Amino acid sequence: MSRVLAYPAAPQPVARRLLGFVRLLRDNGFAVGIREGEDALALADGIDLSRPHALRRGLRALLCSCRADWRRFDDLFDAFWRRRGVKRAARVAGDAGRRRMGPPRDGAADGPPGQPDRVDRGAGGDPADGHGRHQGASAAETLAVTDLRHIVDPEDLARVNALTERLAARMRYRLTRRTRVHARGRRIDLRNTIHRSIRHGGTPLDLAFRRRRQRPLRLVVILDVSGSMSLYSTFFVRFIRGVIDNFREADAFVFHTRLVPIGAVLRDRNLERAVERMALMAAGWSGGTRIGESLATFNRHHAAGVLNRRTVVMIVSDGYDTGPPERLGEQLRLVKRRARRVVWLNPMIGWQDYQPVAAGMQAALPHIDLFAPAHNLASLAALEPYLAKL
Amino acid sequence: MTPGEGKGGAGKPVPPGARSEAATGPGLDLSRDALLARLAQTGYVADPQLAMAITLMRQLQRPLLLEGDAGVGKTEVAKSLAAATGARLIRLQCYEGLDAHTVVYEWNYQHQLLAIKIREGEKISAAEKESHIFEEAYLLRRPLLEAISQDDPPVLLVDEIDRADEEFEAYLLEVLSDFQISIPELGTIRAVSIPSVILTSNATRELSDALRRRCLYHYVDYPTEDKELRIVSARMPGIEPSLAGQIVRFVQAVRREDLRKKPGIAETLDWAAALVGLGVGDLRDDPQALQHSLLCLLKTREDTQAMPLEVMERLVGKAV
Repeated sequence: MSRVLAYPAAPQPVARRLLGFVRLLRDNGFAVGIREGEDALALADGIDLSRPHALRRGLRALLCSCRADWRRFDDLFDAFWRRRGVKRAARVAGDAGRRRMGPPRDGAADGPPGQPDRVDRGAGGDPADGHGRHQGASAAETLAVTDLRHIVDPEDLARVNALTERLAARMRYRLTRRTRVHARGRRIDLRNTIHRSIRHGGTPLDLAFRRRRQRPLRLVVILDVSGSMSLYSTFFVRFIRGVIDNFREADAFVFHTRLVPIGAVLRDRNLERAVERMALMAAGWSGGTRIGESLATFNRHHAAGVLNRRTVVMIVSDGYDTGPPERLGEQLRLVKRRARRVVWLNPMIGWQDYQPVAAGMQAALPHIDLFAPAHNLASLAALEPYLAKL
Repeated sequence: MTPGEGKGGAGKPVPPGARSEAATGPGLDLSRDALLARLAQTGYVADPQLAMAITLMRQLQRPLLLEGDAGVGKTEVAKSLAAATGARLIRLQCYEGLDAHTVVYEWNYQHQLLAIKIREGEKISAAEKESHIFEEAYLLRRPLLEAISQDDPPVLLVDEIDRADEEFEAYLLEVLSDFQISIPELGTIRAVSIPSVILTSNATRELSDALRRRCLYHYVDYPTEDKELRIVSARMPGIEPSLAGQIVRFVQAVRREDLRKKPGIAETLDWAAALVGLGVGDLRDDPQALQHSLLCLLKTREDTQAMPLEVMERLVGKAV
């Protein structure tokens, strides 16, 4: 054990170090506050510090709150408590290997800080660059039918955002089995009926009913940010952000050659920073679009957590997959099985003479509930009634 | 707690200072090593990290959140803990739409109605009637109320908390931090003893940060080969050591395959029991029968198809 921990007689330095460790965890995204700091001190008080692993285990149980924390804890613990112990360096390096066993998402989520500032592929959302060439295409009254590639004016964008919000608000509720007391309804609420009958000496004159309660629909958006979609990406990032803001339950992913969860990033209040962070996450990949692979990642690591029978999965992509089409079909079938509806938005449907002949698109079609264009505002507005009905 | 205080003892206010005193029940002062030994006696093979989490849970009187894939033995932790410490296990199975009346209390309406009818002829005021029918005798205790009105601290298992709604999660959080429940007709009921609360989650829904912060955390992973072997030996004392080793190594190899649903410990034990029942002494004996018995391990059609005879024989070859 490191020398720091061998100070049971001098609690003061230990306490300071402990609080430093709690601060380190907080800086690393652990949900620990003052209360946890106090608990950690109490724990160190009650533990025999000469037992090498007691403090590590105690702090791990106390300070971790999710699986990602659990996996990173050992590294952070070693880095903090053993940094000065040169002899222990080998041990730290050995531990690092275990972390690899985690799903790829861990690596991806840790990505932003270490990512180089390469945004040159236009993968995420660099508004000025990607759209400057199409400046001046739209007049206000034709905004709704203008291809989204051409919307660059801030006012138009504001209207797009407003529409997004309305769209999101409409989709928010659907029926569930949960009931609540209501003046009229189908089932009698015995509890409240009896309670009200007391004032009539036990005769149930005044009936209470229960009615089904509404639960919000959940939306999961999976967005293609590959090169062929780059002209639409900026817009859809804003669209997804509007959705996440408005839905209590929503999540979003982008893919390219890899799948990256962006729900947490998009909840960032600062839009500019959110777009920038996302651009950094999406940057630096190349080698075509692997829709099937990305969906496989989604199914393996994320589906259990984000899909349920109230979930609508919205995939935004042009369907050009560089992987085998069967893979896409197979993975989409799995998504379809867990979700309520699968909606595929393809900006190219809006183009003249477009036929979904891409092999990937062909394989995907049997598993799609709604295959719709998404190249302009009118086409998105047409989605509203469909989603409101669910 | 003195005996004879009445059933449940609920409704008797306990001053806040008495809480720690109330918590000292049987087996609460166990050291971690003793706890490990007791758990092992009940057939649960725990690691020191889990023992630490359980000890802290009882010291700090905070709930313990167990996460992990299905079938890795999360629920078993609570059952074994109850058995090891001689505490009562109270289980609350969560599902979507669960509400406070299902988990806290409900009045026994039929009895109340009867009581009203019986007393119809008596000359007492309506207020007296009302106070009579809202007595504890007509109260149905649901798991949460039951858990805080035990003389000896029980183990409260809140299973699959992720299946319940967020609203319920918030309510549970409130009960678990104050350990008191308000019943409008009876008043506030404070905990007689603080239960050990174990929550489990399969991560079908992301839990709220508030709940995570309130809880101690333990991630239950698939066991290592060595640990799984000890589990199989502990649960099936009669099994041949060589067969147990083959079974465990095979299952470990199956988990490394790209499957939709990895087999958990429960599946390993099922399969081991099946093989013993079929009279298999060595995995190489009868490949056909072995493949058919895989239905204990592989629970989806895709996974069954991903494990044809050749793949299975390759894994068996590595396992023996």
